Amino acid sequence: MWLSNRFNPPRAIIFEGSGMALLEQITLALQGGDTDGITELLKEALADKMKPGDILNSGLIAGMNIVGEKYKQHEIFLPEVMLAARAMHVAMDILKPLFMKDDVPALGRVVIGTVQGDIHDIGKNLVAIMLKGAGFEVIDLGNDVPPETFIETAVEKQAKVIGMSALLTTTMPVMKKVIEQLKERGLDGRIKTIIGGAPISDEFARRIGADAYGYDSVQAIDCIKKLVAES
Amino acid sequence: MKELLERIAAGDVLVADGAMGTMLMERGLAAGSPPESFNLERTDVLEQVAQEYLDAGADIIQTNTFGASRLKLARYSLGDDIEKINKNAVRAVKNVAQTKAYVSGSCGPTGQFLKPYGDVDHAEMRAVFREQIGALVSAGADVICIETMSDLREATCALEAAKECGSVPVMVTMTFNRTPKGFYTIMGVTIEETVKGLEAAGADIVGSNCGNGIENMISIAREFLKFTKLPIIIQSNAGIPELIDDKAVYPESPEFMAGKAKDLLAMGVRIIGGCCGTTPAHIMAIRKVVDAYGQV
Repeated sequence: MWLSNRFNPPRAIIFEGSGMALLEQITLALQGGDTDGITELLKEALADKMKPGDILNSGLIAGMNIVGEKYKQHEIFLPEVMLAARAMHVAMDILKPLFMKDDVPALGRVVIGTVQGDIHDIGKNLVAIMLKGAGFEVIDLGNDVPPETFIETAVEKQAKVIGMSALLTTTMPVMKKVIEQLKERGLDGRIKTIIGGAPISDEFARRIGADAYGYDSVQAIDCIKKLVAES
Repeated sequence: MKELLERIAAGDVLVADGAMGTMLMERGLAAGSPPESFNLERTDVLEQVAQEYLDAGADIIQTNTFGASRLKLARYSLGDDIEKINKNAVRAVKNVAQTKAYVSGSCGPTGQFLKPYGDVDHAEMRAVFREQIGALVSAGADVICIETMSDLREATCALEAAKECGSVPVMVTMTFNRTPKGFYTIMGVTIEETVKGLEAAGADIVGSNCGNGIENMISIAREFLKFTKLPIIIQSNAGIPELIDDKAVYPESPEFMAGKAKDLLAMGVRIIGGCCGTTPAHIMAIRKVVDAYGQV
């Protein structure tokens, strides 16, 4: 099939007993979406007393960044990104219990959802997976989310960013409502907004006063990193 | 009425209809509710829409069943009404079209992903399509249109399911994005891969719908023609929507699209219709161009 023809995950070169090589292998296993391989490699790395923070940053996140870069260059497509994100999930399940509270600084909290009246959540789910993969804490409100719920959750959970998705042209105006209500409550600037979805454009985002527009899930993660750094 | 494939084999160019969702919204479909909900309570509206497209000159009129698969409708608790929703939609179009136009049973993506990147396995996906397409065919659809696909494996599941439902002709259209490296679906499928995969699985007509305005569609059609001798169908959006005063506006006028449709005719595209943002006025303009082209 077309998938297997095109999809040749890079193979790891094994240097035994070298910590660098192990991280490299983790990076490659992640890019190839190899969940079994990554589980084995993580066990090995932890047995070698590597720090979970190093494994996360120099192995997993490094791998995810390469995936993002290749996606932007149209070298890989959604299936490969989804497989890598799935491997990231598996890896995070292994690492999470090992992190002490302050060991790895969380990048921040993001509230995400598909806006009221809209139930299309494939894109939103992808962004949520990618955000978790990048090290963010994600509060996923699901779909058909009213403006108040976005804002109240963000305030309550001290989230830095609200991410909104819409597929229907008829539900796009809900995004504007959220941004207006943030302004009314004096929260704009403190809580940043990013929007995305098939009918959304950069121009629309600017017009309604959103802080960013994510063309696709990979670009959305880049934008959210910037928004968090600014806040 | 001659069979659809016979007419195409005889050299006819056919006009398909335009957008459905926006027509339903103008007639009371609430934002957030599935268009297919009208197939249970408001078949009168389905007939109105079919009548408008018939009057505009469409030879092929689609059923309101784009999302009428179990995987999609279960989310709205309509999973138990799959058969009724699909059959009612075919009957509504048939009541209007009679022998003047072909009833095309629309079948869109399930919205779920196949394993390994999603949760649905091949057999389940195929059974879901078999159920929907089976209902469309048994209610009398003249042709099945598997559309807006981005995953070739999902499209193939649907196509195989359709081929199990008897001798009904099957069209399959996929949605492509222009990248600096050429056209790809979001799942990374090229036009060449699309053609090879769909031909091997027995598609009768192939092509593209949605995602692009007519100018990109001309490039897409050219690419399809490089790789296949099968008849090509193109259903273009009326451009990419712009939001003006909180309302989505599709920029391509009927005259603009119809003007460009001449290029599709000259290339040898055999079915031309519309997708998002197109209206009966667009279809009427395309009808005129197709008729005039035959006269030359």
